[in-house]
Amino acid sequence: MTEVVLDAVHVRHDDREVLRGVTLRLTERRVAVIGANGSGKSTLARLLNGLVVPTSGRVLVDGLDTRRRGREVRRRVGFVFTDPDAQIIMPTVAEDVAYSLRRSGLSKAELGTRVAAELHRHGLADHADHPAHLLSGGQKQLLALTSVLVTAPRLVVADEPTTLLDLRNTRAVADRLAGLDQHVVLVTHDLDLVAGYDRVLVVDGGRVVVDDVPAAAVPAYRRMMA
Amino acid sequence: MSPLHRLGAGTKLIGLAACSLALLAVRSPAAAGAAVAGVLALYAVAGLGPRALWSQVRPLRWFVPCVVAVQWATLGPLAAAVLTTRLVALVALAGLVTLTTPTSHLLAALEGALGPLGRVGVDAERAALVLALAVRSVPVLADLAGTVRDARRARGREHDVRAFAVPLVVGSLRRADALGEALRARGLDD
Ligand SMILES: Nc1ncnc2c1ncn2[C@@H]1O[C@H](COP(=O)(O)OP(=O)(O)OP(=O)(O)O)[C@@H](O)[C@H]1O
Ligand SMILES: [Mg+2]
Repeated sequence: MTEVVLDAVHVRHDDREVLRGVTLRLTERRVAVIGANGSGKSTLARLLNGLVVPTSGRVLVDGLDTRRRGREVRRRVGFVFTDPDAQIIMPTVAEDVAYSLRRSGLSKAELGTRVAAELHRHGLADHADHPAHLLSGGQKQLLALTSVLVTAPRLVVADEPTTLLDLRNTRAVADRLAGLDQHVVLVTHDLDLVAGYDRVLVVDGGRVVVDDVPAAAVPAYRRMMA
Repeated sequence: MSPLHRLGAGTKLIGLAACSLALLAVRSPAAAGAAVAGVLALYAVAGLGPRALWSQVRPLRWFVPCVVAVQWATLGPLAAAVLTTRLVALVALAGLVTLTTPTSHLLAALEGALGPLGRVGVDAERAALVLALAVRSVPVLADLAGTVRDARRARGREHDVRAFAVPLVVGSLRRADALGEALRARGLDD
């Protein structure tokens, strides 16, 4: 089990308070974060792998403080960004997956076998040696997800991973996330995606204003936005 | 797989360096013609057609006429033709290396070559990573340039240089930021 604890977290940028006192303990396997533009969802997501550290308060992932143990935290927490182009680092598909495994101690041959197996599992086998920029948006996001998953993180945080995708690819990425053994924190504007989640947080003005099961949280959010 | 594909990345890089030096020595139209023939032959050996060749030199299509114009005016038509041929041949050869070698092999070769520089403080792995990022960034930024150009057109500002440059620079910086974040998320600081 993975436990994320946010303890009285404030995040300030210049003199704007982006998160104002968030206290949470997340242990559920599927947690969704919804809320209006600019409400602070991405900031909340980035806190979980230490890309953002709190101005005050603390964030612990399995007891590790993101401020001091950022590296170890990032090894546990995989992060999927909205724009896959931003997170694909290597020029070709197989090389990008291999980059994630560069510290795995595998030999060159083992690495090749492993990468091929992962690409196969994620339906990208035919594209192994293609330049990443020739993939479709959906395939790029699947590649980004593959490159995150090969490092076997315990928690996957995804910040609007389907926003740039069409309906079919949205389904593909959402299904992939839903089927993971790992814990998932999903930030999304697509309210259909959160139905099967264990817990939904509604963020508004830098605070978590609703924290409930989807059947209660989603209608509450709709009423807030009405 | 052609013999060129099978050749080691290091060998090809050294070969490319040798060919560039040889190209520098090309001064006569006859030698320039030989260089072109050589490049065409190498593409043929690699099993690559004219389309692959064109895709490699295509980025030069605006650049070359400018260079030719300047050289024609300053050095005369013959020198302009020879110098431009050299340039295009060199780009075509570099393109041939990238077409026949996986980037990861090139990077590994480079990392190996830079290894001895480790003693004077050069981090070979980082240098190779920077190169990979550069290769990766070309299509991403080209894409961005296309988007910016279309947006400019859609708003009827076809010839406004600022309407092109400002969003392009801002967009590139934003992408650089996002890339930095992605590198951190993927454990660059391990
Ligand atoms: N690095 C930063 N510097 C200054 N302000 C920032 C920074 N990051 C976020 N903000 C501000 O904090 C607020 C919350 O941003 P955040 O990205 O967390 O919102 P969000 O809920 O993810 O919005 P969206 O749905 O549009 O993605 C916004 O007003 C944003 O402008
Ligand atoms: Mg956001």
